[in-house]
Amino acid sequence: MANFSTNEFKAGLKIMLDGEPCNILENEYVKPGKGQAFNRVKIRKLISGKVLEKTFRSGESVEGADVMDTELAYLYTDGEFYHFMNNETFEQIAADEKAVGENVKWLVENDVCTITLWNGSPITVAPPNFVELEITETDPGLKGDTAGTGGKPATLSTGAVVRVPLFVQTGEVIKVDTRNGEYVSRAQK
Amino acid sequence: MKKNSSWQPTASLQALKDRAVLYAQIRQFFIERDVLEVDTPLLSQGTVTDAYIEAFKTSFDHSCSGLKKTLYLQTSPEFALKRLLASYQTSVYQLSKAFRHEGGGRWHNPEFTLLEWYRIGFDHHDLMDEIADLLKHVLHTAGTERMTYQQAFQRYLNVDPLTASTARIAEVFRQCNIELIGGETIDRDGMLQLLFSYEIEPKIGQHLPCFIYAYPASQSALAKLNADDPKVADRFELYYKGAELANGFHELQSVTEQRQRFEQDNRQRMALGLPVKPIDERFLASLESGLPQCAGVAMGIDRILMLKHNYSHIEQVLAFPVERA
Repeated sequence: MANFSTNEFKAGLKIMLDGEPCNILENEYVKPGKGQAFNRVKIRKLISGKVLEKTFRSGESVEGADVMDTELAYLYTDGEFYHFMNNETFEQIAADEKAVGENVKWLVENDVCTITLWNGSPITVAPPNFVELEITETDPGLKGDTAGTGGKPATLSTGAVVRVPLFVQTGEVIKVDTRNGEYVSRAQK
Repeated sequence: MKKNSSWQPTASLQALKDRAVLYAQIRQFFIERDVLEVDTPLLSQGTVTDAYIEAFKTSFDHSCSGLKKTLYLQTSPEFALKRLLASYQTSVYQLSKAFRHEGGGRWHNPEFTLLEWYRIGFDHHDLMDEIADLLKHVLHTAGTERMTYQQAFQRYLNVDPLTASTARIAEVFRQCNIELIGGETIDRDGMLQLLFSYEIEPKIGQHLPCFIYAYPASQSALAKLNADDPKVADRFELYYKGAELANGFHELQSVTEQRQRFEQDNRQRMALGLPVKPIDERFLASLESGLPQCAGVAMGIDRILMLKHNYSHIEQVLAFPVERA
């Protein structure tokens, strides 16, 4: 992979740091006083998800990271790996538990997820912003109660637990925002 | 923005008008004070030796001697203005472009507009008073604050930048979790500069523009050392709302000391593996003939314009930033 000089730093550039691929979130050129110049860089480590701030001496160069995002449909899990397929080439790829992480609770068959590949291997799996899942368990709501009064917990088919309004019942399919884990609406059937 | 739209300006028509108004206000300010507007070369045979300022250079193929000559785009009109001061003993200002061979950013473009002026008979405190008046005139600020470099470090980092050991400063640097990438170690001034930039700059000048003065002698550039305390230089910088706006000096008059500082810069350049710069002998000759006692300052006008009208990126006040130039 090519090296990048700090002059080429910009948001979105993928570089290697401490052996981990990172995404540059912000890059600011700083030249304090009459002194030397630095690049103050906010980065996200792509495997751990940690956001850090680092200072590079201007003119330093770092190794680029071979990272790309790809859109793949979720197929199934064999218990160890999660299998995805490219809907155009039908090429399949398997992500391990570490790459899927917490997002396992938002994986719905046939949903198209964003898989980040590093040197060709999946390192993160991001679900679509909205998924539809069936409620497998929730307390029956009190009669006459209206929405917006706090709601109740509901367990979904993937094991995810979200707060839903009291009128929503077991067996219904609901739409959830995966970015904050919040109930959006009943699914449009 | 997908099609080739890079022919278009990044500044709105309003921003262009804002700039024109600001220039008129600045000129009015100096007319009233009887400071002479002058125009000195942007392209010069002499340049700065400062290890951390790089000038653009070009080759001049038509000099009288017939030999190719290296010419530099000026990084500040300082040397030329001081030559005028030494010749005519009159206060002068210049509002023009300056160039630095360095990266761009929110507050930086390699070609930028600098207002630089020199006042005969002023010391740096008199000049800070005049800058406060100019800011009142163009930014309508209610006043300014002043703090020494030492006070700023003591207040915000609880360390004395003048007397603390380098080990103690390194400890503060570590405590502030500034993670520096790159093998080499950073020197004392480098640490102080980053600490200032990251830990102090965001906290000062938020309401009123803030002057920081009495910089360590090791960061004196072209300023006089303080007559009472040679640990510090009569140099100041101005900070307002997160931007460094100006850098000024009670100007060094001694030709011997100036030559030593240039030579020291070049030694530092060699140590850093940077090309050594020719010393501007015409500038030194003007000091030799006698620079009047004066104070001078350079002010970033694009940044003033950004703060005046709440523009968040320098591109918004430049017709064509470097990528579109």
